[in-house]
Amino acid sequence: MADIEIRNLRKDFGDFTAVQSSSFTIRDGEFFMLLGPSGCGKTTTLRMIAGLELPTSGEIYIDGEDVAQRPASQRDIAFVFQMFALYPHMNVRRNISYPLVSQGMKRARVKEKVAEVARILGIEDILDRPVGGLSGGDRQRVALGRAIVREPKAFMMDEPLGALDAEFRERMAEELRALHDRMGATTVYVTHDQLEAMQMGDKIVVMNHGVIEQFGAPQDIYDKPATLFVAEFIGSPPMNFLRFAGSVEAGATHVALKGRDFAVPEMREPFDGDMVFGVRPEHVHLSDEGAYRGRILATEYLGTTQIVTLETPNGEVKARIPSDRPAAVGDLVGVDFNGATVTLFDRASGRALRSDLNEGVLHG
Amino acid sequence: MSSYSITEPSPRQKWVAGTLVILYAVITILPLVWIIATGFKSPSDAISYPPKIVFEPTLEGYVNLFTTRTRQTEEYLAANPPQTWADEIVRQYDMVIVGPSRYGERFLNSVIIGFGSTFLAVFLGTMAAYAFSRFRVPLKDDLMFFILSTRMMPPIAVAIPIFLMFRSLGLSDTHLGMILLYTAVNISLAVWLMKSFIDGIPREYEEAALIDGYTRFQAFMKVVLPQAATGIASTAIFCLIFAWNEYAFAVLLTSGTAQTAPPFIPTIIGVGGQDWPAVAAGATLFLIPVMVFTILLRKHLLRGITFGAVRK
Repeated sequence: MADIEIRNLRKDFGDFTAVQSSSFTIRDGEFFMLLGPSGCGKTTTLRMIAGLELPTSGEIYIDGEDVAQRPASQRDIAFVFQMFALYPHMNVRRNISYPLVSQGMKRARVKEKVAEVARILGIEDILDRPVGGLSGGDRQRVALGRAIVREPKAFMMDEPLGALDAEFRERMAEELRALHDRMGATTVYVTHDQLEAMQMGDKIVVMNHGVIEQFGAPQDIYDKPATLFVAEFIGSPPMNFLRFAGSVEAGATHVALKGRDFAVPEMREPFDGDMVFGVRPEHVHLSDEGAYRGRILATEYLGTTQIVTLETPNGEVKARIPSDRPAAVGDLVGVDFNGATVTLFDRASGRALRSDLNEGVLHG
Repeated sequence: MSSYSITEPSPRQKWVAGTLVILYAVITILPLVWIIATGFKSPSDAISYPPKIVFEPTLEGYVNLFTTRTRQTEEYLAANPPQTWADEIVRQYDMVIVGPSRYGERFLNSVIIGFGSTFLAVFLGTMAAYAFSRFRVPLKDDLMFFILSTRMMPPIAVAIPIFLMFRSLGLSDTHLGMILLYTAVNISLAVWLMKSFIDGIPREYEEAALIDGYTRFQAFMKVVLPQAATGIASTAIFCLIFAWNEYAFAVLLTSGTAQTAPPFIPTIIGVGGQDWPAVAAGATLFLIPVMVFTILLRKHLLRGITFGAVRK
């Protein structure tokens, strides 16, 4: 197992830049998520770490060695593909043993290892079946088996749950995380599903248009987004954005929206111009009084909570409130925000302004 | 009104379709049956009018095909009684067998040239198709079009330049020359067919093998080739059929050493009268290798022809 360090990694396909100077470090044993919408460069980044694409420039260190220009076969990593890519002309046993055969391992030892992996994954009874007739979950397990049998330095997974049915996905996500915890293997996992990333990852890198938007623990990324993109991409429903213009001083603890003061974490930098007041739906509070008011446009019942959509002077706001609190469409209610959780953004660049809340978290 | 299904044809439609299929089958099979039957007729039966449907079968055609014979004096014939059944057959015409004919050699030439060029065309075509399918080849589309463009005229249109080229290079009437020629004609077909087959094989299979510690070439041999077996089989059949049946170039460029069976078979007729049964016997035997090859690979061939439609 190993640390993986990425420095100034860049990949161009002709005129198109898929990944722009990315840098981050994956610690030994981490479950590391590369998250972003499709076409953001996350899969290209993963393929460069694996050696399936050679970077245009930059360095990749696995276990301290620069492997950026080495072929995949010399990097000692395993890859789980979205479509599993099991060898269709081989049965389950041969699929799992294939990476060992390439190392020239003795047959008896191969048999032992395959049996051990099959036991861990609970696929002992299908070892002699062809891979063609297997269910999605079993294929996934065989693909994992082929990856873990070699005890590589790290695992690369490219949306490994993407091809599974929704009900199965949940279970495999748990199995995957449990497997990771037991083996302690460094894992790099690509997904476009923010819930999957939050649920399974130790660390998340959020990418967009080939650029790393933010890098950190799931909670930091959720609570302290570094950019408008991250704030919107993570969370369902996403963070509320109230647009306003004005100025803040370093040390300010309030901002004025339509003439009303709202608490914010103590600011660490001054700003003047168009801003966005970002607040998560669960930090929006409704009350009967209050001077800042909004009209309820819609309610969505979600069991223990409900999502209430309000029309406010600064645009639409969604609030997540307990289901037992009455809220009827058309009601006019007072709106307040939990000031300690608010992030202010520079509207033009999308960058979060530094404050007590996010100091030290932004940009890795 | 009677109900009907739009997917299931009515009995009447089935009857019409069945009749048409049988009619077509009869039309295509009749010449084949005629050739095979003629091979077992005596020369007089073969040219009798009206044609004989029922006749007494004889192996005369086959004996004549494989032997050279001379007429002998009665004393000689009386002094040398026939040794084998073949001797007896030719004895009816006061002839004796003096040696084998050239048919065996010509047939072997066809096998060497046909299968040799098929192997080369499929081998090179598959490698080229893999490269076109998987790598960023500069001017890929132009190259593919250029390869296809060699098929845009009938190959015989370039007969004279090829004849001159072969003469200066010393390739006339050589096995190597014919193998190269048929390979060159077939390779465009092989590249195009194989490219679409390989395009259909997900590249993740090879990437998985690369990750598993294999080289690109090992991945190609162990993972791509087994997946491409269907494509290789159907491409091989198409290439073999062309090379096996090719007549025009064979007439032009071969005369002895490397002559294939197609230009040789018609010359049989000139040896001692109008020997149609021997010609028919030569043609019948000539059909067999391609037929066997095609039947062996039939499953693949059907999938090959329809692969665009049904391949997953």
